[in-house]
Amino acid sequence: MRRATTAVLAAATLLLLSGCAGQAAPASDVPASSAVPGSTEAALEGTVTVFAAASLKATFTELAQEFEAAHPGVTVELSFAGSSDLVTQITEGAPADVFASADEKNMAKLIDAGVVDAAAPVDFATNVLTIAVPPGNPGGVARLADLADPGIATVLCAPQVPCGAAAETLEKAAGVTIPAVSEESSVTDVLGKVTSGEADAGLVYVTDVVAAGDAVEGIDIAESAEAVNTYPIAPVAGAQNPAAARAFVELVTGSAGRDVLAAAGFGAP
Amino acid sequence: MSGSTYGGVPRWVAAVAAVGAAFVVLPLVAMLLRVNWADFVPLITSESSLDALGLSLRTSLASTALCVMLGVPMAVVLARTRFWGQKVLRSLVLLPLVLPPVVGGIALLYTFGRRGLLGQGFEAFGVTIAFSTTAVVLAQTFVALPFLVLSLEGALRTVGTRYEAVGATLGARPTTVLRRITLPLVLPALVSGAVLSFARALGEFGATLTFAGSLQGVTRTLPLEIYLQRETDPDAAVALSLVLVVVAVVVVAVAHRAGEPAGLRLRRRAR
Repeated sequence: MRRATTAVLAAATLLLLSGCAGQAAPASDVPASSAVPGSTEAALEGTVTVFAAASLKATFTELAQEFEAAHPGVTVELSFAGSSDLVTQITEGAPADVFASADEKNMAKLIDAGVVDAAAPVDFATNVLTIAVPPGNPGGVARLADLADPGIATVLCAPQVPCGAAAETLEKAAGVTIPAVSEESSVTDVLGKVTSGEADAGLVYVTDVVAAGDAVEGIDIAESAEAVNTYPIAPVAGAQNPAAARAFVELVTGSAGRDVLAAAGFGAP
Repeated sequence: MSGSTYGGVPRWVAAVAAVGAAFVVLPLVAMLLRVNWADFVPLITSESSLDALGLSLRTSLASTALCVMLGVPMAVVLARTRFWGQKVLRSLVLLPLVLPPVVGGIALLYTFGRRGLLGQGFEAFGVTIAFSTTAVVLAQTFVALPFLVLSLEGALRTVGTRYEAVGATLGARPTTVLRRITLPLVLPALVSGAVLSFARALGEFGATLTFAGSLQGVTRTLPLEIYLQRETDPDAAVALSLVLVVVAVVVVAVAHRAGEPAGLRLRRRAR
């Protein structure tokens, strides 16, 4: 019974594969792909495992679907978490083919550990901080300096995490001291405190406000360029599927990636 | 007690038990091996660490007191009365035991938060619970209360109502019976239940993070400090984890000695 099932599955897979090949083969595709010796699009198969910062969840899910559509033989496995969590997992031996970090510091950790080649990382996006306030802006916040008022309950990230480090840089650059009521360990927690109305304001990334939709309002910070977060991406040196890993990095850093990322509020590097 | 136990445990049971014990003990050993002993004392005596430890102990004591105040009457009502819907009520009261703490935090937020069910009323009186130490105590009490209710209710059922009935027939009023007979009888269970609640409060993380926030000296308890330190200073996180483990081991040992429900049962049988 089991053998029969396997046989049926194998046959179905073959059919699918030949079907795909049949679709890809005709017309002008063949000369095009053979004209570019470096691209191995037709040969890509297997699974490519992508470890990406939590803030990339929506964009990378969309890009993974595009990638799978362009390479029907490849399955993209996505794993999202805080960048430093992912670095720990990869150095402890988690099977990642690609790593996309929310900051350069965490990518540097992998280079130091010898898991990523020093020349491999490519910057593919930037993100800046913005002020998130609950709908209707009950605290009447208009600019960064307003957050210095202790009457406005402001939540920040702790300086230990990237969004908190960025907030600290911004405070220094703008000469504003914000008496935070809470210093959270992730930007998601900051956003949660604002959407629930517990806090009057929170410093989060522009992309978080875009993703939150109507749950919060964003107020641009004039000094935001003082603290720009750069997102690097790189294939992992010991990747199980190096060809697919390279292709995925190319997709993210290419025009398709740029479009998806820009729609989500990310800036160009 | 060990001298009189039945020695016919099958070998395979002992072998599986050893695997189970290793499963629990090995991770602790693995953590011990990662401790940076050279810097251990400076790591756990840094200002932020001491703030977190002090806050954890203070809030856990406060929530244990709240658990005793609220939990004893709850256990007595559940064990000594019968009313419609009692079983459902008991399940609901014990719900925080199985609820993911984050869910508890969200529920507390919608109750005591600024826009919460009761929080709006508090706001009107100028009382804000969000981001305060009170919020930490509420979160800890919420998750720790079932431990006290559960252990006390079990003990109340085990000791039965004989002595209480005798006391009542001799003219003691219900409050006197409760104070002079019932509570002294279940005192060991009350102590062990309180210690367990304290331990649960000390380890509380999810509900606190969701509901109270994280600010040094105000709401950042030891588990939250460990979680944050892990981002930049894994050595400090491991050192603080060890402190928490030591406190937990002491607490469990105390609870075990104080509680000993097995000993209580044996004594009753001997009478």
